[in-house]
Amino acid sequence: MALLKTEGLTKMFGNFKAVDDINIDVQKGEVYGFIGPNGAGKSTTIRVLLGMLKATNGKASIFGKDVWQDAVEIHKRIAYVPGDVNLWPNLTGGEVIDLFMKLRGGAMNKNRREELIGKFNFDPSKKCRTYSKGNRQKVSLIAAFASDADLYILDEPTSGLDPLMERTFQECVMEARDEGKSVLLSSHILSEVERLCDRVGIIRDGQIIESGSLDELRHLTRTNLNVETKQQITSLDDMKGVHHVERKEQALSLQVDTENLDDVIRHISQFGVVKLESAPPTLEDLFMRHYEGASASGGES
Amino acid sequence: MNQQSFANTGKLVRFILRLDRFRMLIWLLALTFFTLMVPLAFLDLYPSQADRDVMAETMENPAMTAMVGPGDLGNYTVGAMTAHQMLLLTAVVVGLMNILLMNRYTRSEEEDGRRELVRSLPVGKLANLNASFIILSLLNSLLAIITGVGLYALGIDSMGLSGSLLYGLILGVTGLFFAGLTALIAQITENARTVFGFSLALLLIAYLIRAIGDVGHEALSWVSPLGWVTAAEVYSANNWWVLLLLIGGTLLFVALAFYLNAIRDLDAGFLPSRSGKRQASPLLLSPLGLAFRLQRTGIMSWAIAMLLVGVSYGSVMGDLDSFFGSNEMMQQLLASQEGTSFTAQFVSVLMVVVALIGTVSPVMAVLRLNGEEKKDRLDHLLGRAVSRTRLVAGYLVIAVINGFLMLSLAAGGLWLAAASVMEEPFAFGEIYGAGLAYYPAMLVMVGLVVLLIGFVPKVSSVVWLYVFYSFFVLYFGGVFQFPEWVGKLSPFGYIPELPVDEMEWAPVVILIVIAVGLTAVGMLGFNRRDIQG
Ligand SMILES: Nc1ncnc2c1ncn2[C@@H]1O[C@H](COP(=O)(O)OP(=O)(O)O)[C@@H](O)[C@H]1O
Ligand SMILES: [Mg+2]
Repeated sequence: MALLKTEGLTKMFGNFKAVDDINIDVQKGEVYGFIGPNGAGKSTTIRVLLGMLKATNGKASIFGKDVWQDAVEIHKRIAYVPGDVNLWPNLTGGEVIDLFMKLRGGAMNKNRREELIGKFNFDPSKKCRTYSKGNRQKVSLIAAFASDADLYILDEPTSGLDPLMERTFQECVMEARDEGKSVLLSSHILSEVERLCDRVGIIRDGQIIESGSLDELRHLTRTNLNVETKQQITSLDDMKGVHHVERKEQALSLQVDTENLDDVIRHISQFGVVKLESAPPTLEDLFMRHYEGASASGGES
Repeated sequence: MNQQSFANTGKLVRFILRLDRFRMLIWLLALTFFTLMVPLAFLDLYPSQADRDVMAETMENPAMTAMVGPGDLGNYTVGAMTAHQMLLLTAVVVGLMNILLMNRYTRSEEEDGRRELVRSLPVGKLANLNASFIILSLLNSLLAIITGVGLYALGIDSMGLSGSLLYGLILGVTGLFFAGLTALIAQITENARTVFGFSLALLLIAYLIRAIGDVGHEALSWVSPLGWVTAAEVYSANNWWVLLLLIGGTLLFVALAFYLNAIRDLDAGFLPSRSGKRQASPLLLSPLGLAFRLQRTGIMSWAIAMLLVGVSYGSVMGDLDSFFGSNEMMQQLLASQEGTSFTAQFVSVLMVVVALIGTVSPVMAVLRLNGEEKKDRLDHLLGRAVSRTRLVAGYLVIAVINGFLMLSLAAGGLWLAAASVMEEPFAFGEIYGAGLAYYPAMLVMVGLVVLLIGFVPKVSSVVWLYVFYSFFVLYFGGVFQFPEWVGKLSPFGYIPELPVDEMEWAPVVILIVIAVGLTAVGMLGFNRRDIQG
């Protein structure tokens, strides 16, 4: 069952289309990665989903309810972490966490709160004015994960956290998923998305340009090969699915489309392989290919 | 403080000018236009010396002195009149401008994290403060020159070159004095709202000390920089040396500000930051609780200020009585006025002023909602189970109670002080009722802010223009003899001026209906629009 679903969601700011005809859905018990470069429209989409912005066109629902009409009802069951966490300089972190938990409604789980404060190594007695960006994010994350939500909406939640805290965050997400909760995670940290997400949607210039499970998307990516052969490899550049061939003395590095891998390996093996290294396709490659934009991808192959 | 500390000041100056030239231009135009218009109006309204002497007669009472300072009433020329009635008040506004701008360029910048970006460039540690001073020196100099030359250029007999230049310079230098004071406070405390609160409080205290001093304890006036402003006796004695006092004070503040800036860390202040509560008190845990907590200090300070305003005005009532008792001509003048005493008339004028000062606080309370939105902090509430209506209602409740409190404190304070000094004191109900009568007009202002926030949040602060307009037409309406409809453009113009007028209930009911209507429509707008972020 789709907990969250958008159909043709569009948001205009004046004449500017920040979100353009987006269809995504988040199923129960899955972590959905929402990735894209800065200014792609991730936050705008999320703020429409939260009922802060009114969609210009299209529909969006969470738990089967309309995100604009039934915002308050929906919010009782979700936890949201914004990307830019601006807090009140004169309140302490502890006060803000309590406020956030209380405003969501439902029971306050004090034990869970203390546990998370410990886990994130956070000092709740300081005024928010003194917190770094990472610490402000912790306030928001602790309040979110201390609550018993069915859906977590996280907008680039780790951009200010150090690697250790990022790991704590990932544990929290995995824990939530294990409990059957759903997560919409907007991010541009790929290792994080690869680790956590079951499915991803890639957004650029307000449009979803690619979506599916990670395995499905890997089909679209290329494997990196480093080979050394006894004889010089010939007629490689003309082969289908071969890109970015570079020669360094004896060694050769190239990228191969995943569907042509078999042909290429057969071809190479004729020349007496001395050494063969392959790097798995990463989301990064996929990401970069789309980031490079129309001009770069048109220039290749 | 070596040469490096000031590196690239010039570029910053140009940068600030580029960003804020319109803001500065508007201040400059408004102030000079206002200053130059007044003597022309006086000349028009009081063409002969006899007219002006009558005016001087009405000005010769302690309450007026408390408000605008002492004047050369014996030789009340157009120049003396302008200096008496306008200079002090204009100086206060110039002070306010400098507080706002200096805070904007120093602590606000720093608190919002923009200073850090700039400081990572090859820009000196003190360059920002230096640039801010240069900008404000330029602005205040321009103000001084345009005002000074402009006043002289009006070609009014009693306004000579020397007096006119002094008038302009006093304004400019007072401005710099408060710019310096603000810069100093901006080094000491860490957050921009506190800087504004402190600086404004000092400005008001300076005004009040001078008021008390001018009414009876002359030595006290010398403690206040605003006392120095009136001591210049522009267009009569022209005491240039008071400029030295103001400049001396300015230099002291500036030097201290530079010193403190040089020895402190970025983003830090000098007040110790205490460790706070690990857990929130239950009172904080609602949109209303949060809204109150955010404004608590501001509301309390304003409440104290209102009480002080009430008490200060009340305490001169006794002198007023004895003054009228000894002035036969005045007694006759007042006797002809349908049996109301001059003191009562005076109370009715005071109440407009008090009500408008009191309006500032509830208007700020609602505008705070807009401030929160600009800082992207509404998402935290609306992203949880808080409806927009509940959010606005929180701010509204605070504003509505706040307005009532402000009027009650000022009117109560006035009655209490007046009762303790007058031989035949007013009844409590008479004074309190006169104050409270303005409550519906205040609510209309509050409703207007909700309407603005609901539909045009970006320009919601234009409500200040309307508040200022109301103040201007109702306070100066008598002096400039505006036609009646000018006052009727403000909700405050419909309120009967108690205790002189009879109480009328129709305007009260209509204004309340309007206030409720504005609020409801504004809420509807807020419920339908995008939350900015
Ligand atoms: N209130 C607004 N008015 C106009 N343009 C906006 C507004 N909010 C966002 N945008 C624009 O919409 C685009 C998408 O922004 P955003 O959703 O914040 O991107 P992301 O979160 O993916 O970095 C950007 O080009 C941004 O400048
Ligand atoms: Mg974003």
